[in-house]
Amino acid sequence: MRFVFILQAALTGLMTGGVYALIAAGLTLIFGVMKIINFAHGEFLMIAMFITFFLTTGLGLLPYFAILVAVPMLFLIGVGIFVITLKPAMKASDLTKVLVTVGVSLFLQNICLYFFTGNFRTLDVSYSQHKVTLGGLVISFPHLAAFGSSIIVLSSLHWILRYTDFGRSLRAASENASAAFLVGVNVDRIQIISFGIGSACLGIAGPLLAPIYYTTPTIGSHFVMAAFIVVVLGGMGSLNGALIGGFLVGMVESLGGLFMPGSMGPLASVLLMIVTLLLRPRGLLGGKRC
Amino acid sequence: MLSRYTGRSTFLGFSGMLLLLALPLFLTNYYLHVLILILFFGLIATSWNILAGMAGQVSLGHALFVGVGAYTSTLLVIWFDLSPWIGMLAGGIAAMVAASCIGYLSFRCGLQGPYFALITFAFAQAFQILTVNVQTMGGASGLNVPLKGASFLAFQFESKITYYYVGLGLLSSALLTIGRIGHTRTGYYLKAIRENEAAAQALGIDPIKFKMAAALISAFFSAVGGSFYAQYVLFIDPQSILGMNLSLEIMIYAIVGGIGTVFGPLMGAAVLIPAGEFARNLFGHSKAGTHLIVYAIFLVWIILRAPRGIGGWIEDQLGRVSKETYAQTA
Repeated sequence: MRFVFILQAALTGLMTGGVYALIAAGLTLIFGVMKIINFAHGEFLMIAMFITFFLTTGLGLLPYFAILVAVPMLFLIGVGIFVITLKPAMKASDLTKVLVTVGVSLFLQNICLYFFTGNFRTLDVSYSQHKVTLGGLVISFPHLAAFGSSIIVLSSLHWILRYTDFGRSLRAASENASAAFLVGVNVDRIQIISFGIGSACLGIAGPLLAPIYYTTPTIGSHFVMAAFIVVVLGGMGSLNGALIGGFLVGMVESLGGLFMPGSMGPLASVLLMIVTLLLRPRGLLGGKRC
Repeated sequence: MLSRYTGRSTFLGFSGMLLLLALPLFLTNYYLHVLILILFFGLIATSWNILAGMAGQVSLGHALFVGVGAYTSTLLVIWFDLSPWIGMLAGGIAAMVAASCIGYLSFRCGLQGPYFALITFAFAQAFQILTVNVQTMGGASGLNVPLKGASFLAFQFESKITYYYVGLGLLSSALLTIGRIGHTRTGYYLKAIRENEAAAQALGIDPIKFKMAAALISAFFSAVGGSFYAQYVLFIDPQSILGMNLSLEIMIYAIVGGIGTVFGPLMGAAVLIPAGEFARNLFGHSKAGTHLIVYAIFLVWIILRAPRGIGGWIEDQLGRVSKETYAQTA
């Protein structure tokens, strides 16, 4: 196999990995603050993709404009669902909360199936065939846009968490909720808002992905699996980890598809997840013990 | 928590069992089918509960063991024409081997809580991807169990009633096992590990050994359930028998019913499966997705209503009643 192919696969994977990082960032934020795995995360992404699809086909604008609508909408949907379903379960065990998110995921998937049918919708945009050539390697414009925007969003998220008061309270709440509460952090509010922000991340990821993938009610599960793996590689609750994990999973998946026979490609990233959990459960950046 | 199930509840359980023995004689095939599904899911949710409820190790990939059971017995029929009864045993043993590999690796590395859940999820995913890509195992399109005509040895019966009794027998053996373990030294050790592993270890309990034991028993019964399912439906494929959805479904029934109680997982299956079928009958003919929307709302509602499971909810209600009567007599 020619070396160029491998490089090309790695590059495409890196680009997709940027979006994986963005999806995983929302997941890891929610995990950090609430210690639950949100199974409805993929469905939020699916909703964002549907918003993009209908806005783009309806108004004839570029899909990226959908970000302006999808981010606030996803924030509100996230907050609404949190208040209706997760808030009443706050005192219950973590497992119960996880189960609530499973129920929410089932609900959202079928609501969309009801209204939009299970058809596969592809977004035809004029620039989807535009390419950037980089010394023999080709990057399609949608991939590049997805990669670039993800990096920008993740950096700003990182900045917010690091330097604002809100970010400090959020980090305090995720480190030790009761201690944060004792020093005056409104943990309830932090939880609601971080769930909203975690969902709003998908309001950006959706419009970036809609031109690359098809939109259908079950598309969320594909990305949420990848996001699980990213979160594990990066360390649960770590934003920087999500970025590195995203790149890694994107590349491993893409190279796996190149080297492994049949549909065995995803096996590579799953094996990576197993090895990481066994050797470095706190993520590649974290410590050895969990 | 298990010890509370010795007195009144055990009595209730066994009178319930008696009712279950007579039940199929009065039912049509459709209702019998629903009951058989309850028995199957009750069996695997009960098995899941041995590991999650008693030992506190939540597996997010239990479909792996169900699938190993289903595939082992089916492949043994196809390749060697071996009776599925033997296949069922072989499947159970194969699942125990798989569980000992997974358990040893993850317990050795000290994985707990969400970390253990995620690694079981990953192993199940890996096995599903492998199965989809191995053509001798039927690949993505699955395997048909060869028809042998109705005979006990071939584990194929004309009437659903026979499947019902077989399922009931398997479920009862799993329930008896988990009920018995609860009162043995192993059971108390497992509970100690569940509540506080470090403290249990400090008392001289070897957590890895006992968690492994729970994992092996749990895997065995899950695989037995898998073989039963294969013989009942006569068709298996990676999506339905190895997929994430099955793992989640097992968890849902067990937790909705009441994690850590003997009859909880069965109760969860007995409430949610008929609810799902009811929604399907009512809305199955309307637009796609309707009945699952109804089911999902019911699911979230019941979780919020009874966060400790139906078993826990009943316990609370009984507790309230007995407290009230106590107050009146006092």
